[in-house]
Formats: sequence, C-alpha cells, structure tokens
Amino acid sequence: MDNPNDITVAIIDYETGNLFSVEHACEYVGLSAAITSDSTVIMDADAVILPGVGAFGGAMENLKRLDLEFPLKDFIATGKPFMGVCLGLQLLFSESEEFGRHKGLGIIEGAVVRFPAQTAVGGPVKVPHIGWNRIHKPSGKDWDNSPLRNLNEGEFMYFVHSYYPEPLSKDVILSITDYEGVQFCSSISQKNVFACQFHPEKSAKAGLEIYKQWAGLIKTRII
Amino acid sequence: MLAKRIIPCLDVRDGRVVKGVNFVNIRDAGDPVDNAIFYDEQGADELVFLDITASHEKRKIILDVVEKTATDVFMPLTVGGGIKILDDIRDLLNAGCDKVSINTTAVNNPEFIKAAAERFGSQCIVVAIDAKRVHDSRFEIDQKREVPEWLNASSELKQRLFIENPSEKAWEVYTHGGRRPKGINAVEWAKYMEELGAGEILLTSMDRDGTKEGFDLELTRAISESVSIPVIASGGVGNLEHLYEGISIGKADAVLAASIFHYREYTVKQAKEYLKDKGVAVRL
Repeated sequence: MDNPNDITVAIIDYETGNLFSVEHACEYVGLSAAITSDSTVIMDADAVILPGVGAFGGAMENLKRLDLEFPLKDFIATGKPFMGVCLGLQLLFSESEEFGRHKGLGIIEGAVVRFPAQTAVGGPVKVPHIGWNRIHKPSGKDWDNSPLRNLNEGEFMYFVHSYYPEPLSKDVILSITDYEGVQFCSSISQKNVFACQFHPEKSAKAGLEIYKQWAGLIKTRII
Repeated sequence: MLAKRIIPCLDVRDGRVVKGVNFVNIRDAGDPVDNAIFYDEQGADELVFLDITASHEKRKIILDVVEKTATDVFMPLTVGGGIKILDDIRDLLNAGCDKVSINTTAVNNPEFIKAAAERFGSQCIVVAIDAKRVHDSRFEIDQKREVPEWLNASSELKQRLFIENPSEKAWEVYTHGGRRPKGINAVEWAKYMEELGAGEILLTSMDRDGTKEGFDLELTRAISESVSIPVIASGGVGNLEHLYEGISIGKADAVLAASIFHYREYTVKQAKEYLKDKGVAVRL
C-alpha cells in the first residue's frame, strides 16, 4: 500500500463471471480493489467482496477447488466488513436447491430456492427475474447503519437471477422485493456481513450510493 | 413490481457508433462511451451494442469499447454480433459486459446455446431471433431457403421446427439481417432455445425493422406467451405509442429502439413518462 490510509478490498476471483464492474465501482468510491484468489491477500484485506453470477453448485466447487472456502469463513469471523453480491449472497446460505441440493458456506441459516413457475392465481412467472425492481424496508427495520442508509424506500435496483434466498431468521432481512407476488429477501445484514441479490454495480447512481455508503462504513470501523 | 425496460440499441462498427448524429449533449457522436453516458443520464435501463464490424481481425475492438463503457457507466450492457465460440463470450463478460446476444451461431448450431448456458449461466445468454412473416410461394421459398444441416439431420426436430407449408400462418427465422431464410418456425425456435438454456429472447420483426410502423404485435405476443423467459421486442418503433403497444398488446417484458432515441425524436425519460401515464411500471 502506497498510502497507509488506503482501504484495500479483496474481490474474490473464483471464475464466475464479471468482476470488472465490481472492481470499477470500488475504485469509483475510492476503495483500492484487488481481484484475487490468494488466501493471504484475502486475510490481509480491510474488506472482502464475494461477487458472482451463474450456478450455485459449480461456484461452490470452484471455491473448494481454489481453497477459498475456509479463508472466506475465517475472514468473516474476524468481523471485518464483507459484502456478497448476487450469487455471492446465495453462497452464504446453508444450501441451495439449484440443480439438486448443494451445501453453501453456511454463514446465514436458510436455503436458496427457485421462483415458482406460476403465480398464486395461476399466471405465468418469467424466470430469470431480469430487470429493475424496488427494494422495500421490512416493517420495523431501518437502514440507518447499513449501506442502504442513503436510499429512498422503494428504490430501484437491477436484478438478474432465477433463485432467491429464504433466511431462517427474519432478523437478517434488510430489504424485501416483490416479483409476481413472491415477497423475497433481496438483501441481508448479519453483523459484519452485508449481501444483496441485486447488482449495485449495475444499478446506476443508486447502486453506486450503496458502494459509497459501504466504503463509509468501512472507514468508520477501521479508523 | 418489476419495471418494464426501455433499451436503446447502438450499432457499433470498428469501435464507432454508426448512424451518429450531432447530439447537443454529446461531445463525439461516434464515441460509444459518450453515447452510453448520454443514455444513462436519461435513465435507460440497459444498453445493447450491436457489433456490425465486418472484418474478423477487427473483432477485438468491441472488447475495448465494452471495457471503456463499463469503466464509466454502471448499467447493464448487452453485446451482440459475431459471437462464434465460447471464448468470445468469456472475453466479453470479462470486459464488463453482462449479457451476450447470439443469433447466427445459435441457428447454425443450437447446441452452442446449451454449452454457453452451462458454462456462463442462462442469465447472460440472450438469443436474438430475426423473424419474418411467411408469405412467399413455395417455389420462392425453396429457392432461397438455407435449411441448417442439423435440422435436416433430425426428423424429430424437423417435425417440430420446420415450416413445411409456406401458406401457413407463421414467422420464419432469418439470419444475416433478414436476407437468409432458414425454414425454422420462430415461435417453436424460441421455445427450443429456452429449453436449451437461453435466459432471454431479443425478438426483431424483419418486416417492421426500419419502417417506424410499430412492432409486429402478433409475433411479439405469440412468442412472449409461448416462453417463460423474458422477451425484448424490437423492430419498427416510430413513436411512444408503439412502445406502449409492445408492452400492453405484445406482452413484451422490455422494448428496444434505436432511431427514435438516436435521432433525438424522444428521450428515454419522455418514453418512460409516457408509459407511466398509461399505467406501465417503469423506473423513473
């Protein structure tokens, strides 16, 4: 690090898709980003982002093959800020039903399930859920100390996914999104872990605001 | 509630936006990044770059365009045109693109879509379908048709996908910008592509493309109601009413237009305000 005040974020590279925009969103808000699959770099980082798109089972296999499963669990256990995005949120859960049952990292209790093929009244549901949808505050929840703190209730975020998380404890649910009558958990917060099903790095100004607030939270914790 | 998407499409040749006009707010009408920023500020929900670079040697230029755009613009990007092998997809995704749109390669080899979806996930595989109403006489069709080998080789697929009777009410799949009919029924093709792992359909009516007469609503609806993946309607948009019809009558999940936005007849924001007034859920 050239500047000791620099905050380094390790973006986990486990061969699942587009890391480019995550890296550039970090840089946009003044975080020093390193794309890595090296456990030493991960443990030394001030914060970690687990991104990812694609299938759950294959992604878990990649994490294991690259010896990343335990470094990620160890990092989360340090209490340092951790962000999961899209598949990076899903992998935090106990398990997923995507193409058979697969075990996840088990940081958040609960399962990842597929959108139903039909609505409650029998209408068709298009899957993947692709596009911009609103995130809402669950009743009794506020976003004050989360990366969502500067957003309006009902802000639009960009989604692209076929599965969604169902946490066992409602307490971890930070936002809820409605797709064809399914009220699903679109972001979670549990101690130092923040994770979202949507892609803030693809959600224009409102999405960048999440990165900005997350960077702000990291700073206040470190300094 | 999921918003209906408005998607401007930019044709890019050798790294430059073509059909460029002098926008007041754009420094360089041919620069893809300036165009992307322009549309991002108007609230476009996604951008599609259609790479029409003819020379294969210059194919790498689009990667540079995607990288530069994704560095400055934080919105979903789709790139179509010239994707032939899986590594073309990998290169585009690594450059910051979110989805790729595949047309000719899917028609030449449908299994490519399966392989692509297995490797990269369905969410980033868009199949582009160029379709035209069947109205030629049988003689003319037989003269022009280039039926793919895989279709002739499988009686099961042929029975399912081939347009046997040229007088039947159907739309035929074309490649090469509407010049080469393939004998494939577009509605059946869309269903087959979904089965093989496509995550989205980008549907263009070749009868309407460039006419400004509005989408082929019957085609759009037929496909949108036959698949359970999102459908982007394209081809023929001349005014904002057309966008509304594509969503309300055509049942499209997203609408794509080029010239009405490119020639500044309407802004994306105006389009969204119009749709909102009509009761359509949009992101404003």
